[in-house]
Formats: sequence, C-alpha cells, structure tokens
Amino acid sequence: MDGIHDMGGMHGFGKVEPEKNEPVFHAAWEGRCLALNRAMGAIGAWTIDEGRAGIEELPPDVYLASSYYGKWALRLQNMVIARGFAGADELAAGHALREAKPLPRKLTTADVPRTLTRGSFGRPALAPARFAVGDRVRTKNIHPKTHTRLPRYARGHVGVVEAIRGCHVFPDSTAVGGGENPQWLYTVVFDARELFGEAADPTLKISIEAFEPYLESPQP
Amino acid sequence: MARDHEHDDDGHHRGSELSEMQLRVRALETVLSEKGYIDPAALDLMIEAHETKIGPHNGARVVAKAWSDPAFKQALLADATKAVQTLGLISRVGDHLIAVENTPKLHNMIVCTLCSCYPWEVLGLPPVWYKSAPYRSRAVNDPRGVLADFGVMLPADTQIRIWDSTAETRFIVLPMQPHGTDGWSEEKLATLVTRDCMIGTGLPKLANEAA
Repeated sequence: MDGIHDMGGMHGFGKVEPEKNEPVFHAAWEGRCLALNRAMGAIGAWTIDEGRAGIEELPPDVYLASSYYGKWALRLQNMVIARGFAGADELAAGHALREAKPLPRKLTTADVPRTLTRGSFGRPALAPARFAVGDRVRTKNIHPKTHTRLPRYARGHVGVVEAIRGCHVFPDSTAVGGGENPQWLYTVVFDARELFGEAADPTLKISIEAFEPYLESPQP
Repeated sequence: MARDHEHDDDGHHRGSELSEMQLRVRALETVLSEKGYIDPAALDLMIEAHETKIGPHNGARVVAKAWSDPAFKQALLADATKAVQTLGLISRVGDHLIAVENTPKLHNMIVCTLCSCYPWEVLGLPPVWYKSAPYRSRAVNDPRGVLADFGVMLPADTQIRIWDSTAETRFIVLPMQPHGTDGWSEEKLATLVTRDCMIGTGLPKLANEAA
C-alpha cells in the first residue's frame, strides 16, 4: 500500500528530536495499549502483518496526527470491531454486552514469557533460492494496494545481494489472509546515488531486507 | 474493571489525546477481559517486564562482552541470536538477530522506514524519535544530517551503511571500542555503551566519561 507509513526518503518532517532520559512509557495507558495489542496477537486474533496493515490503513491525517501508541489504540479498536471480537456499542458502553466469539486461547500470566520474545518467522524452503550472494538484482516496480514490505524508495532499482537470510513467512501474503507462503529473504544493498540520484551522498549505502518475489534479474 | 493505576501520574498532562486515549484503552481492556480473551494480570506482567527487565542494559552487556572476548565477538558477528542466547541475559533471543560492526572506515545505522521494527529483546522498546517521521524519512537519504541532530560528526570519508529493517531480521550495531579501555572489565565497559550507539545514532562514551 502506497501509504503515509512508507516514509523513507520523504522531505519536510524536520529535525529528529531525541528526548533525554526518556521513560519506557509516557503515560500508563501506553503500557496497557502495548500489552493489549501484544496479547491479541499472542492469542491468534491476527498476525503481525495483519496488525501492521491495520496501522497502515489509518487515514493519513490520523496517522500523522496520532502518537505512536495512539495509532496502536486506534488499530486495536478497528481490528477488534472488524473481526467481531467486540462491537462498537460494547466499546462505547465500556462493557461486554454479548457472548465472546471463540478464539483458540486466552492470554494468561503463564503466556507472558512467550509474548516477550519476538515471533519465529523462518520456515523450511520449498524451492532453491533464485539468487546468490553477489548477484545484481532489480527490485520490481510494484504498487500493491495491500500490505507490502518493499518500500517505495527502493522500487525499480538495481542493488546487490549481500546475504541470504533463509526462507521466511511472506508478509504480503499473510497480511491479506493468504497464508504464510514462505519466500527467500535477501539483504540487498544499494548505492545511495542509485536510489536518490547523483546528488546523493557518495559514501552512503542502504540495504533493505527483500523477499524473493520483490526481485528480478536486471536487464543485461 | 477499572484499574486504579491507570489514573496515576497522568494528572499533570492536559493533552486531549491523553484523556481520549486513556478512555479508549480502558474500554478495550475492560471489554476484551470481560469477553475472556485476556487477563489484566498478564498485561501487568508484560508492562512490568518492559519497564524493568527488557532494555538497552542487555545490549550493553553484549557489546562489552564482544569488546573483551574476541571469540564471542566472532560468534556474535556470525550468528547474534545464538551468541546472545549463550549469555543468558534474556530467556529467549528472537530469531535472526544480526550484529553489524563499526570500523574506522564504516559506520552502521539502523532504521525501520515502514514502521518501528527494532531489536527490542536487546535494546528494549524503541524511543519515540526512532518511530518518528523525521527519523524514518531522513535516515535513508540524509544520515549525516540525522547524526548532526544527535551531535555526532563523522569524518567525511567514512562510509555509511543504513540497514532498513523491512523484514523480521533485526539489527544491532557493534560500535568501536573507545580508546584507552583495553583490559577493562566487562561491567565497566558496559557503562560506556549507550542505547544510541547500538542503533548507530550515537557513539560510545569515552574512557574519561565512564561511570
């Protein structure tokens, strides 16, 4: 999705403003919001990629005007309603008004350690890797309306495969309920001038983690 | 089920987003727990872990060990998930953690232009600036400008490498060991390792800045 979330290379957002001695959470609700989102993911309400798509689908003005955990709260609300885990009327009332839609598991205190480790997304390979380390590759010029992890600034450009990271769950597929559809994942490195033109910093290289379906052999 | 601590410490804020979000999140928690999907006590434990156990102190131990133990450094650069797991700092290290080494000629910096991907088992939750539009937009095409925002100037001929975290691989920068710290204990070395130097937006503290 060519959304506002895909920010790499955009101009006009101003300076980075680090905060000295930043707390982990700036208000108690941020921690509750993080934990609620993680909890719903951990019980299988949606995949990590469906969750990311839920953030990306926020309207651009809302995305830019909301704090980070503010976006997470809106995403959580939208997704529990859209998937029938709670009704808008229940959230407005602040209480459950109906029986729950069944989910395979409930998040209990015993599950907490599991939520504190990142998920495992490596999968057995279904086919040999198409590209090798050192290969020149071109990223495809794709603009899917649904979730993708190929950023706009890196589409249609030639880079070099620097590493093969194994076969991984394919976000473009899981985000739309299409199953894991595992794909080879590569670190592909680009010269800044390839991505941003001749005026770009000549000392700069940028890499993305690119799934095989994003890549093709460059024209000879 | 109103949770008393939600009323804590927010009184001095007056932002409209705050009260709106407080109410929205409280309604979500109440409804989802009444429906039986979640246990608020589990949320308490998750929050406590993020506030106390998970943080950049873990990453600092990893870097300090790499500075003082060449075999560990080699293992870390070969497979950071496996190497960090051997330290026993955290119960389980996420898959595909990748350590990238700074050298006199090369400076590495980590970003997630699309969202907020971050090696949180070793660095904790990302700071607000890491998730902000200015950082995510400029890291890939103006890293020297971003570094200047952090007060960091690199030599003009230093090569810069940006790692955009666009998949479930995660990166941690192994910064260069500060001069004059050879033979220091791992504990003392760890006090030089800042969060930002493991993201690549900072440099380690100097020997004379040790805690």
